[in-house]
Amino acid sequence: MDYASILQLLDSTIRLSTPLLLACLAGLWSERAGIFDIGLEGKMLAAAMASATVASLTAAAPGWSLFGIELTWAKSLLSPVIWGLIAGILASVIFALIHGVASITFRGNQLISGFALNFIAAGLTVLVAQRVFGQGGRTPQLAGDARFPPLTLPLSDEIREIPGIGPLWYEVISGHAILVYVAFAIVPLTWWLMYRTRYGLRLRAVGENPAAVDTAGISVIRLRYSALIITGILCGIAGAYMSTALQAGFGRDMTAGRGYIALAALIFAKWRPVAALWSCLLFGFFQALALRPDIVTAVVQFRVPGPILDSLPYILTVLVLAGFIGKATPPRAGGEPYTKER
Amino acid sequence: MTTDVTGRKAGGPGGINPPASFAHAAAPTPAAPTPAAPVPAAIELRGISKSFGPVRANEDISFFVPKGTIHGIIGENGAGKSTLMSILYGFYRADQGEIVIHGRPAALPDSQAAIRAGIGMVFQHFKLVQNFTVLENIILGAEDGPRLARSLARARKTLADLSREYELEVDPDALVEDLSVGHQQRVEILKALYRDADILILDEPTGVLTPAEADHLFRILRGLRDQGKTILLITHKLREIMEVTDNVSVMRRGRLIDTVATAKTSPAALAELMVGRKVLLNVGKSPATPGETVLSVENLSLSDEQKVERLRSVSLTLRRGEILGIAGVAGNGQSELLSILGGMTRPGEKVSGHVTMGGQPLPITGKAANGKARREAGIAHVPEDRHHHGLILDFTAWENVALGYDDDPRYGRGMLLDNGALREDAARKMQTWDVRPPIHTLAAKNFSGGNQQKIVLAREIEQDPTVLLIGQPTRGVDIGAIEFIHKQIVALRDQGKAILLVSVELDEIMSLSDRIAVMFDGRIMDILDPAQTDEAAIGSLMAGIHPAEGRPAGETPPATSGEA
Repeated sequence: MDYASILQLLDSTIRLSTPLLLACLAGLWSERAGIFDIGLEGKMLAAAMASATVASLTAAAPGWSLFGIELTWAKSLLSPVIWGLIAGILASVIFALIHGVASITFRGNQLISGFALNFIAAGLTVLVAQRVFGQGGRTPQLAGDARFPPLTLPLSDEIREIPGIGPLWYEVISGHAILVYVAFAIVPLTWWLMYRTRYGLRLRAVGENPAAVDTAGISVIRLRYSALIITGILCGIAGAYMSTALQAGFGRDMTAGRGYIALAALIFAKWRPVAALWSCLLFGFFQALALRPDIVTAVVQFRVPGPILDSLPYILTVLVLAGFIGKATPPRAGGEPYTKER
Repeated sequence: MTTDVTGRKAGGPGGINPPASFAHAAAPTPAAPTPAAPVPAAIELRGISKSFGPVRANEDISFFVPKGTIHGIIGENGAGKSTLMSILYGFYRADQGEIVIHGRPAALPDSQAAIRAGIGMVFQHFKLVQNFTVLENIILGAEDGPRLARSLARARKTLADLSREYELEVDPDALVEDLSVGHQQRVEILKALYRDADILILDEPTGVLTPAEADHLFRILRGLRDQGKTILLITHKLREIMEVTDNVSVMRRGRLIDTVATAKTSPAALAELMVGRKVLLNVGKSPATPGETVLSVENLSLSDEQKVERLRSVSLTLRRGEILGIAGVAGNGQSELLSILGGMTRPGEKVSGHVTMGGQPLPITGKAANGKARREAGIAHVPEDRHHHGLILDFTAWENVALGYDDDPRYGRGMLLDNGALREDAARKMQTWDVRPPIHTLAAKNFSGGNQQKIVLAREIEQDPTVLLIGQPTRGVDIGAIEFIHKQIVALRDQGKAILLVSVELDEIMSLSDRIAVMFDGRIMDILDPAQTDEAAIGSLMAGIHPAEGRPAGETPPATSGEA
């Protein structure tokens, strides 16, 4: 196996880890606040559909108007893909708020609410895409400014010829959509907010012992809703990345269980942001391996059937969830609706 | 040094005023033996009432806590102490009445308002975040700004000062989950002090502490008082009241019965006030004719998860055809005794000792000690807490009547339940026991307390057990049902059953029992013949005083004017 193949593998790892990482951080915010969110998958899917749809329509439309009011000036403020991103985030936040109403306000079962949202997303996305585009539940192929272009980082061309570091910088680090860099930047940001700010302290407290927060005179409900909104935003970015950067359009069930893999990565990371980065990279690496069976064959010296490679991330998920990673203590109040008691 | 500053004449032991005189008795005019300057009130409650639906948790509560004193509030479980404190901490709003803090009427709509008014609360179940450090717990909700670094630095300094001042040493960087219970409690106190509380409320603070930790806590509380803090101590333990408080208010069934200076009262007087007495229906009962011993308990001990000893070497025997009553203030080991005998010990509890039933050893630990095995051995159990252990409130009456006996061949056809037979059986039992309304398809929660209790009694007694364990048979039961239940218990005894009766109602124990065992602090203080004793003697034992050491029998019993 040569250096170029390794670089290609790492490049794929980064691209494939990004949606996992965003979803994993999304899950981290909500679970650290004591709300289990199994609906990451559904939120990503809804966001992927909304982003691709809005990006496609905006790119195709000559202008905007609403109820006869000319809005083309607004459309031209941002590129279609950014309008798509905004739509994706909105769709995902709406799903997050529905989860909030069910599980915070009405103290419903968080797993059931999350599952229900996943099912709704699976059906609704295809329905809307079919209604809008009539292409069998898919959006048209996105191109041009309806997609996130790859960014070429500074120095890429200058140091490209330096052996070792040059190709690594050029192939692996540079050349991704901006959302990839956003996702990686959110890791230290999340860490800082969680561990260095008053908001983070209260948020972590509400996931561990909401009664402590309540008796300190802080609203448990508001804190939890705020966490869910952050979850919605991050899932929205993840979904938009899926359909407008990683791929060029929305297709039925395109998230393919990434929301669940992200939950496994979250448990693997024991609900810590920096560890979440590493565990998502690991899961992303396994997904990348499935794309390059030739590399696997070269390393293990026999041909591994494709389906086995495809299923590796899911096998790892099951292993993680079965507790092969040692003791992982979830936030103590996770899954429990908070009821004020005497 | 302790003076009667409650603003009313407390006649000491024996001078207990009826509650009616209370509404206006709490005016802050010091009574005769006070020092020259009137002591200002830190807290004054005027006519506080609070109901939850039909339940009146607090009724017209008025009292007055002078600044810089430790004020005890004592009463049985369910007397309304915790509700009252929750009102003071802004968790509940009083339906009526006024709260005055440092001379100013205070509205306390939420905890934040209570904190601003200088009230700090140490809950019975700590409100700490287990995997946070001490420092993080202390600043939670009282941070100085959006970034933590500054808050933490200030808290570290303040904490060092507070620790030195009040003997509240605790490592600021330790995780709370690594601390002992006593230290966790200090963190709670520090939390309140960090928020500049000058009124500190402690709810059952020693329930989870070892005696040494409790002593240390009392030293801390005295230190706080000497620095001018006002402390409200809620407890049902007499020893604590006597040891650490300056004044004490006694609550019973939602009412404040009396407020007295601690120095002028005695544990026995307080015990009687707490337990109280109600006009007792005379249970017509013939002398017992006890038969052979069926249940014998030897050196039974139990320590709970926190390694607190709840039962200390309890020994007793129970004979056919007698009612053995267990008297005591709640929380002195009666519940644990019942749960061991009923096969209901919890994981984490350590039990030792021997129990035999009809000569056969009865397992008290492990898998063989469960309710089903007990029923098969001939022990029926009417649990103290019928809502949690006696009934499934959402199930119908007939389902509840069948619970625990559902695998009886009479009620089944092979693997299936014969619901028809169960319903018929339930309907018959409900008629025998005069359960009203006699509708067996009604959910248990729709019956009144007394009728719920009759459902439980019907289920347990109709199975014809040899031994009947009954906990609090008439708690929350209306007066008519009490009489009926008492008669049934006596009738059962006359049929030759052995009955172990646990009740915190002293009258109930006195009128039903053929022998009375008095429990205090996990021990049986004495076993008495009700004909040869009186309530004062039992009251002393309930407070942990042997009459021989304390007041000789025959002297004026304390605090008996309540009968008037």
